[in-house]
Amino acid sequence: MNESVESVRAADAIAIERTLAGDRDAFRVLVERHSATIFRLAYRLTGNHHDAEEIVQEAFLRAYQKLEQFASQANFATWVYRIAANYTIDRMRQRKQEDARRQAPSAEMTDDVERDPLRQVPDAAPTPERLTQSVELRRQMENALQSLTPAERTAFVMRHCDGCGIEEIAAALKSNSSAAKNTVFRAVHKLRQTLQPQFAPRATARAMGTES
Amino acid sequence: MKHLSEEQLIAYQDGETAGRDTAAAHINSCAECQAELHRLAQMLAAYQALPVPDPGEDYGRRVWQQIARRLERKRSRWWQVFLEPRRLTAAGLVAALLLVAFLAGRVSKRVDHGEAALTAEQVRQRVLLLAVGEHLGRSEMVLMEIANAEPEGASVKQVNLSSQRRRAEELLDENRLYRQTALQENDTGIANVLDELERVLLDVAHSPGNVTPAQFKSIRQRIDDDGLLFKVRVLTKEIERRENTGKKGPAESGSAKVERNNRA
Repeated sequence: MNESVESVRAADAIAIERTLAGDRDAFRVLVERHSATIFRLAYRLTGNHHDAEEIVQEAFLRAYQKLEQFASQANFATWVYRIAANYTIDRMRQRKQEDARRQAPSAEMTDDVERDPLRQVPDAAPTPERLTQSVELRRQMENALQSLTPAERTAFVMRHCDGCGIEEIAAALKSNSSAAKNTVFRAVHKLRQTLQPQFAPRATARAMGTES
Repeated sequence: MKHLSEEQLIAYQDGETAGRDTAAAHINSCAECQAELHRLAQMLAAYQALPVPDPGEDYGRRVWQQIARRLERKRSRWWQVFLEPRRLTAAGLVAALLLVAFLAGRVSKRVDHGEAALTAEQVRQRVLLLAVGEHLGRSEMVLMEIANAEPEGASVKQVNLSSQRRRAEELLDENRLYRQTALQENDTGIANVLDELERVLLDVAHSPGNVTPAQFKSIRQRIDDDGLLFKVRVLTKEIERRENTGKKGPAESGSAKVERNNRA
């Protein structure tokens, strides 16, 4: 599948034109081409296979409904990615509010961790020590990610996993560049704090800059 | 010596350009900041190394199956695409350009030989592009009708393809002509797609007017397996692009692009 960006965009443009002309099946090309990318984003954001699949479906349903608003010069891949990120933030916020109302977060978290497929992936070099360390690291990382707000997690994943630009992140967060940059920074800072002692700064005062 | 703040280190790791030289100079001379930057990089690497499950080769198809029924058809009709002004005028343009080509051929006998030959060549290529674009549009319509046809119920004994069969017969001769011309032009991208299209058109043209559901399934499977509809659409777009740029463009690059799509 070594299609050039240009030919992908050309093929997407045809599919969009046909869909808007009433050929619903033309939308299939877009779904089949971009689903896996959206799944990876959604999984990174939720850490949950089931949630990720629901987000993929919802993102494409929303994209279809809003297709008339899609600017023909834009990149469909970026557009649907942003829709998915937006929707995931709303969904995670709503989920957190519901969890807070239920006041049973520990039970929910245990359930999530047990369902998390990350814990079921075998290590490449499965010596007992490395396996323990690896699974433990994943668990810690997942817990640390849970400490981020939906916007922070989204900004972090977009920046450090998918290499998105600050402008793109700002668009997904519906904020400005400066705020988006701060959100990415806050996410990294929180993760380092939570992941002590492996990755944390030596001293919290360091955040201000110190003399040696 | 004042150490870099965490924010500065994160910005540096992130490729921030503002104040980069100063930050780099400090990091190079400060073991503590180097270690700090290393820990930061390790944390990001550990996150990036977290596995994400592979949703599988056919994941996109499964997503489509899950959402297709929930998509309301847009108000326009698919056949409106073929009634767009650019398509309606394409036939007229072909006729007009054929006339221009004819006249250019006559003029070339009277004026400078090399220059006139080049003009006639450009006109000929443009006529070919327009004609192939029009041909692909009509072929796509036949393929779409077959791809979207739904035999009603399990009790259906035969599927009527007489209309598609008649048009496939008409398209077949044109298709051969354009494929051979494209080969002579060394435009393998166009020639390859036309070659695949020809095989399907042959199947349809040689089928009886009424086919059994099994025969119908076989024809449709061939269209699906080859991804033919998609290839035809990509080639149509490529031809439109060439028409819009007003030149044939490097045959190799255009062909290579279609080739890539063929392989995808």
